[in-house]
Amino acid sequence: MKKPESVIIALAPRFEVGAKSALQNTQLRRNMGKATQTIRAKRAAVVEELSDWESLRVAGQHIKDEVLQHLDTYLVQLEDAITQAGGHVHWAKDAHEANEIVTRLIQATGAKEIIKVKSLTTDEIRLNEALELAGITAIETDLAELIIQLAHEKSSHILVPAIHKNRSEIRALFQKSMNLPELTDEPKELAAAARQYLREKFMTVRVATSGANFAIAETGSVCVVESEGNGRMCLTMPDVLISVMGIEKILPRWQDLGVFMQLLPRSSTGERMNPYTSIWTGVHADDGPQEFHLVLLDNGRSDVLADSVGRQTLHCIRCSACINVCPVYERTGGHAYGSVYPGPIGAILTPQLVGMAHADSLPYASSLCGACYDVCPVRINIPEVLVHLRGKVVAEKQAQPKSWFDGENIGMKAMATAFGHRSTYEFAQRAGQLAQWPFVHEGYIEHGPGPLGKWTAMRDFPAIPPQSFRDWWRERQRDE
Amino acid sequence: MSNSSRNAMLAKIRTAISNGSRGDFHEAHTNAAYLSNDDENIAVRIDLFAHRVAEYKAWVGRCKADAIAQAIGERLMIRGKKRIVIPSDLPASWLPTGIDFIRDAQLDRAEVAGMDGVLSGAALGIAQTGTIVLDGGAFQGRRMISLLPDYHLCIIRAQDIVGMVPEAFTQLETARRNPIQPYTFISGPSATSDIELNRVEGVHGPRTLDVFIVG
Repeated sequence: MKKPESVIIALAPRFEVGAKSALQNTQLRRNMGKATQTIRAKRAAVVEELSDWESLRVAGQHIKDEVLQHLDTYLVQLEDAITQAGGHVHWAKDAHEANEIVTRLIQATGAKEIIKVKSLTTDEIRLNEALELAGITAIETDLAELIIQLAHEKSSHILVPAIHKNRSEIRALFQKSMNLPELTDEPKELAAAARQYLREKFMTVRVATSGANFAIAETGSVCVVESEGNGRMCLTMPDVLISVMGIEKILPRWQDLGVFMQLLPRSSTGERMNPYTSIWTGVHADDGPQEFHLVLLDNGRSDVLADSVGRQTLHCIRCSACINVCPVYERTGGHAYGSVYPGPIGAILTPQLVGMAHADSLPYASSLCGACYDVCPVRINIPEVLVHLRGKVVAEKQAQPKSWFDGENIGMKAMATAFGHRSTYEFAQRAGQLAQWPFVHEGYIEHGPGPLGKWTAMRDFPAIPPQSFRDWWRERQRDE
Repeated sequence: MSNSSRNAMLAKIRTAISNGSRGDFHEAHTNAAYLSNDDENIAVRIDLFAHRVAEYKAWVGRCKADAIAQAIGERLMIRGKKRIVIPSDLPASWLPTGIDFIRDAQLDRAEVAGMDGVLSGAALGIAQTGTIVLDGGAFQGRRMISLLPDYHLCIIRAQDIVGMVPEAFTQLETARRNPIQPYTFISGPSATSDIELNRVEGVHGPRTLDVFIVG
């Protein structure tokens, strides 16, 4: 079967290659260390406040489970409710179809320029590039997205795409691109510069696009959670609003928002509540856009749904708590992942969306420490999915004839045989004791031979001791 | 084209649901016992609301129902705001003299943006999170008028303050109109955390938020 277009990874190098160059950038490591530690402390403080946090997580997980178990029913219910409320619903199998639909809708209005609310889903399908090919300019209105757009860079964090830039770097960028030579690096002044820069666009541009944090099947309501007010602007001021939403973002009932509007802000920016949340249902007479379109996007999601271990990945509400807590992300930053979705969630979501062959280094971008699972507000067992995906990478490699001659594969198979029976294990242990002597230095192997060399390039391997535990145990029983 | 995509997507989803089901996994966590309301009395709740709103760097005051106009007048004087847009149904008894109040009778966007500020009521407040909810109901007006001006003075009745987030959604569901109204949740003035993850007040929404709790 044909996989959806590889829209996530844009000729990105493998994770271990990208990570190596990121680790050499000391400015990046300082920026990332400071930012992730700040946000972790904020999150921990506001989560601590809620005595029922664990119950909320379980409720969030359960609601998402229910959604996925009946996804077809809820999608049709949502479509009916939105249509009744005067909106239009479109279905897109993949990125290409979604981009086509959005382009066509914008062209029908005659607009050459649109304003955008920050949306990962539209980043995933690379909507801006598709629109550019059709001669339509998409203006990002979220501060961090604007920074990235002006700097012609890629996002490095799902919530704060410019997390890798500090205030003086942002100042220099704004000075140049907004022609404000007097600008200081005071965050308040930088925010004011963005306010002024975008105000005219909010007042004049007639078409907006957005993503969606949640959509309620029973009412047809769509919800966008934000901070700056650029979301409110895009959702209120234009004549036409086009929202693109992954099919898994649906919630069954209005009441479910009572759970998710506690889980999301606290996990995401570490606030009790984000400054602004907008919820709209179709079109509202004399208030806001009079034409509303919702594009429902699959783009690989139904493949994830079909995998019993991987399915839980679709619980994700894009809060970024797992990213902020990840020791690997903290050191490499987001660009090393080569995906719109970096960090632990990206390491499991990206390969499943685009197919293992295109992202087989990502399931290894983790130490499996499990911190991501602890903070996940919808209890996605990320380490479990990582291990599951690693298994898939190996299985795909083993299915190719050239794996018969691959040192790592041969070694692993030999180990599997050795660990399979007591006698072969003890024999292998004794053989190892004899064979290892040229490599052992003070109890450790620092430079292993053959394929082991790759492993010991990063860490030392403890040598097999002269007396194994089994020998010691037998001796102890003899002595008694 | 769109109909064939719709049918193909739904068919694929239905197959995926049965293939990827983990059975027991779903049933284990039903009815998680999260809190849906607090047991606090109204006085404690109002204090918490005031405290939490203020933590977002909004200004919060209290006033009696028969002194709203005077309180509003003093507040606008302190802020130096003279031309204020108001929803078309805002009671005249709220309005002090000496300030230019303009009722929103389909004003155009440039007119609204040109105002010094907006004065509105609110649908409800959430104490736990310091959140104000607008639903376009009584004394609130269109979404645009509470968005474009740089200053928002919001009047909320004490009895409209609920304790927790789930209570707010229950209450909003009860008060739902047909067709369903648009909702805006406001927690402090507009802000961003995009520069080094520090919260900075004041981006596109009103940069100054004042709140009076009445009663």
